[in-house]
Amino acid sequence: MSIVLGFVALMAVIAFAWLSRQGLADKPWLETGAVTRIPSPGGRPTGRVGLGVFLAVVGGLFALAGSAVVMRMGYADWFALRMPGVVWLGTALLALASLCLQSALMAARRGDARASRAAFGAGALATLAFLAAQILAWLRLAETGQGLAANPGASFFFLISGLHGLHILGGLVALARVAGRLGHGAPPRRAVPGLELCAVYWHFLLLVWLAMLALLSGWASDVAALCRAILT
Amino acid sequence: MSSTSEDPDSGIPPAEVPDLPPPHAHGFWSRWVFSQDAKYIALQYSGTAIAIGLVALVLSWLIRMQLGFPGVFHFISAEAYYQFITMHGMIMVVYLLTAIFLGGFGNYLIPLMVGARDMVFPFVNMLSFWMYFAAVVVLAASFFAPGGPTGAGWTLYPPQAILSGTPGGTQWGIVLMLVSLILFIIGFTMGGLNYAVTVLQARTRGMTLMRMPLTIWGIFTATVMALLAFPALFVAAVMMLFDRLLGTSFFMPALVEMGEHLSYGGGSPIVFQHLFWFFGHPEVYIVALPAFGIVSDLIAVHARKNIFGYRMMVWAIVIIGALSFIVWAHHMYVSGMHPYFGFFFATTTLIIAVPTAIKVYNWVLTLHRGDIHLTLPMLFSLGFIVTFLNGGLTGLFLGNVVVDVPLSDTMFVVAHFHMVMGVAPIMVIYGAIYHWFPLITGRMLSHGMGLVHFWVTFIGAYAIFFPMHYVGLVGVPRRYPEIEAAFVPDSVATLNAFITVAALIVGAAQLLFLFNIAWSLRFGRRSGLNPWRAASLEWQTPDMPPRHGNWGEALPVVHRWAYDYSVPGAPRDYIAQDDPGPAAAWRHEP
Amino acid sequence: MIVAASLVLIVLVSVMFHLVSPWWWTPIASNWGYIDTTLVVTFWITGTVFAAVVLFMAWCVFRYRHKPGRVAHYEPESKRLEIWLTALTALGVAAMLAPGLVVWKRFITVPDAATEIEVVAQQWSWSYRLPGEDGRLGSSDVRQISPDNPLGLNPHDRFAADDVVIEGGDLHLPLGQPVKVNLRSVDVLHDFYVPEFRAKMDMVPGMVTYFWFTPTRTGEFEVLCAELCGTGHGWMRGYVLIDAPADYEAWLGEQLTFAGLPAGGVRLAGTAEEGGDP
Repeated sequence: MSIVLGFVALMAVIAFAWLSRQGLADKPWLETGAVTRIPSPGGRPTGRVGLGVFLAVVGGLFALAGSAVVMRMGYADWFALRMPGVVWLGTALLALASLCLQSALMAARRGDARASRAAFGAGALATLAFLAAQILAWLRLAETGQGLAANPGASFFFLISGLHGLHILGGLVALARVAGRLGHGAPPRRAVPGLELCAVYWHFLLLVWLAMLALLSGWASDVAALCRAILT
Repeated sequence: MSSTSEDPDSGIPPAEVPDLPPPHAHGFWSRWVFSQDAKYIALQYSGTAIAIGLVALVLSWLIRMQLGFPGVFHFISAEAYYQFITMHGMIMVVYLLTAIFLGGFGNYLIPLMVGARDMVFPFVNMLSFWMYFAAVVVLAASFFAPGGPTGAGWTLYPPQAILSGTPGGTQWGIVLMLVSLILFIIGFTMGGLNYAVTVLQARTRGMTLMRMPLTIWGIFTATVMALLAFPALFVAAVMMLFDRLLGTSFFMPALVEMGEHLSYGGGSPIVFQHLFWFFGHPEVYIVALPAFGIVSDLIAVHARKNIFGYRMMVWAIVIIGALSFIVWAHHMYVSGMHPYFGFFFATTTLIIAVPTAIKVYNWVLTLHRGDIHLTLPMLFSLGFIVTFLNGGLTGLFLGNVVVDVPLSDTMFVVAHFHMVMGVAPIMVIYGAIYHWFPLITGRMLSHGMGLVHFWVTFIGAYAIFFPMHYVGLVGVPRRYPEIEAAFVPDSVATLNAFITVAALIVGAAQLLFLFNIAWSLRFGRRSGLNPWRAASLEWQTPDMPPRHGNWGEALPVVHRWAYDYSVPGAPRDYIAQDDPGPAAAWRHEP
Repeated sequence: MIVAASLVLIVLVSVMFHLVSPWWWTPIASNWGYIDTTLVVTFWITGTVFAAVVLFMAWCVFRYRHKPGRVAHYEPESKRLEIWLTALTALGVAAMLAPGLVVWKRFITVPDAATEIEVVAQQWSWSYRLPGEDGRLGSSDVRQISPDNPLGLNPHDRFAADDVVIEGGDLHLPLGQPVKVNLRSVDVLHDFYVPEFRAKMDMVPGMVTYFWFTPTRTGEFEVLCAELCGTGHGWMRGYVLIDAPADYEAWLGEQLTFAGLPAGGVRLAGTAEEGGDP
């Protein structure tokens, strides 16, 4: 549970940093009327705050899945999974998608509709290609005798890449809505808020995927061993 | 709507969230079925939760009939008994208490109490309810599935949860249960995003965090906790579903079932327990914190006194919320986990008792030198304090690792958690319904029926669960459909029969409450505006009950905290939160 | 008035119930009197707090109930009072926690003199294994389980050959001798629970858990399962008999060793002679 405890600790630090600016030590019965020292609610766009809270939930979900991996590693029958090559191709594609959405966002901020649309399309395609690569990886694993129930490493790979893929699919729904706003004739700045949320979501899922990959491929096992040593 | 225009006198900065009209309903379907108005969603949530809660109530009758008079009711087999306790527990904890506090009270009260027109993502809010509804339907469907619902106990511990020795283990029961939980968690996440972001973003002008009523503090903190804790149950449920349907071995070691070697190998049931209780313990506080918040407000309003030690109450809520993430393994002292964990978790568990105790003291100190109106909400609040105190103190037995060893898995545990997270929060729910019914419907609930309901429920529930501790102390294990053992004296059977009779009576009293709601909807006395003379914002709406959009033309502006009761020098014994008042004259240095 | 009286009555009835009702723990039969003591300390502290808070509340309800003209006192907080209450609570909590942790340390520290035995659970019965003359339990594995070898002992392990296997019978233990009880399950979670011993622990398939105790009086004690294990959970019973040392030796002499069972005997015919009936 070390990973998720670290995650919860991080959330707690963020929460307390925010709370510390909200005047929690004030005596509210002494103050009537205006309170101007405290930032008023709604200082940030609601969509961005909503996404932030949602990413905390998604982060918690994958931190827990990671914790389960680490706990499971402690048992005798664990060995690191041999990753099929296509996984690395997929990872590169997801990184590309993340980059494309970022440049689409930057182009939209500049007001460059054509560049924005081109980068946006490339990002969407790269994302679809990433999902295809993940499915290929599943097939390759099943062919080489590392099917879903074959060994714990493979089971976790299927589980985690599946959960991650579902989150990407959910992101694609949001992306499709942004595509509507980026459509022909519309000023690209209208799409900026939506694009921004998508880009952040993509970066986040890329980070999550890299972390999970590190864990499953065994890079992180040294770190995990250290965590276990501390905990037990 | 022009509320963004700054009032030059108030000196309060304009809200930075534009005051947009919420989505309007255009008829029966978009008002009552696919409603995006948080108030209707709240009623949908509460109605569904109470409906499925009634199923759990009937199950509790059946459980008690079996325990009180074993062998008399032949239709209650061991299989059926385990199915009853499993479904009773799961429904009560997740589908009733969590749903009604956050989905019901959260939806109704958050926008009104922070001065918003609605939740910030109304469409997602609607989806949240329908996900919850689907989860309840799937759960209810398991009663009719081949093999019946799962009988694995509400903790669903593997391996037995997915093996043939348990009802529903190799049939539909456990699958439907897990699918239902997954749907519930997805639905809850959608709702939770709304509750949290609405408090963060949509508070009206002047509503700083320290001016929020404790109800909102409780619901907000519980929501944040739930958003972090429910994913653990989600991951555990998905993994168990894989083990059950796809043959993986996440939680399943090599094992021999009834002489047959199964194909599982290498997994660990302890991993499931860690994930389950990482959710399960915060879950206790997810139910408790909204109850803490609500009861604080009920006591303040009905004792005409500000809640004593408001700041301490807020800090205690936040500290309890944070600490509850590092106490989960106190449910696992005898699970076979590393014994050194016992030192750590016993210490954290007993530390959490300190802020909790402070909350109890402050409720009682609020009554001290108050002007106590013994209304129904006040009576239920008193009932809450007694039962919560009792259940909280027995928690100290179970949290203290070595005392837990003989008591764990006995009826003592059952008595403890029913007192602390069954009876106590339900007392608050009833108090809250008697308190806010006029806000929701414009009518008062019948006081006479309410008195009968209160006394039977309070005294009856205490008579059920207080003696039950002693059944556990004798050593009677929980989850036994009947107990015959050399060490159990015959008198325990008499006590069990007494508890059963009390349980049947208490259960019947709840039907009187439902009748009271139905009767008062039609014949209840009209409440008028603000019948309790409460200071908090939800009672200051221009209409009672509030209309769509809550606030009429302009959003309210908040000038003070929610507890200005009996302020010396003030013309009335309460000052509403949006009352600008001649601020200087009433300001009071204690 | 009625409300205040009821609150007082609740405290009185609860205290009376605690003091005079016949329902109390079973007489102890092990060394874990410390656990009972800690529990009684906890009862006193929590009982005092319960009575004090509810009685104070009853007084408040009686004294400050609404009458025409009453005005509530205005007092947002009192730092001094809150600090005092916090400190007192912390003290009470520490008074319960400290003995608890000390006893827990004892609970998990097995004395060197303890003999090891093993309890194996399956749906829905108990089996036992004693270490035999060499004083060591042989290794075991669920994968070895067969009708001939119900506990899955390793037939290649010389320490296993003289292990005494008790399947379906009662467990006997000698009085006054500390025992480390190793716990194993072949299928689902179980919990070896003898109320008179106070100590108990879950049995988890795939791992070996343990607790230890010293029997302090002879007699016959019923074993129950305390972790839900399926429909037979309530009827998963057995008996532990605590014997005087001489009776224990007599009983032990009648038991079969693993080498005497088909699975152990075939493989280890040679060692079976010397490790046979003690």
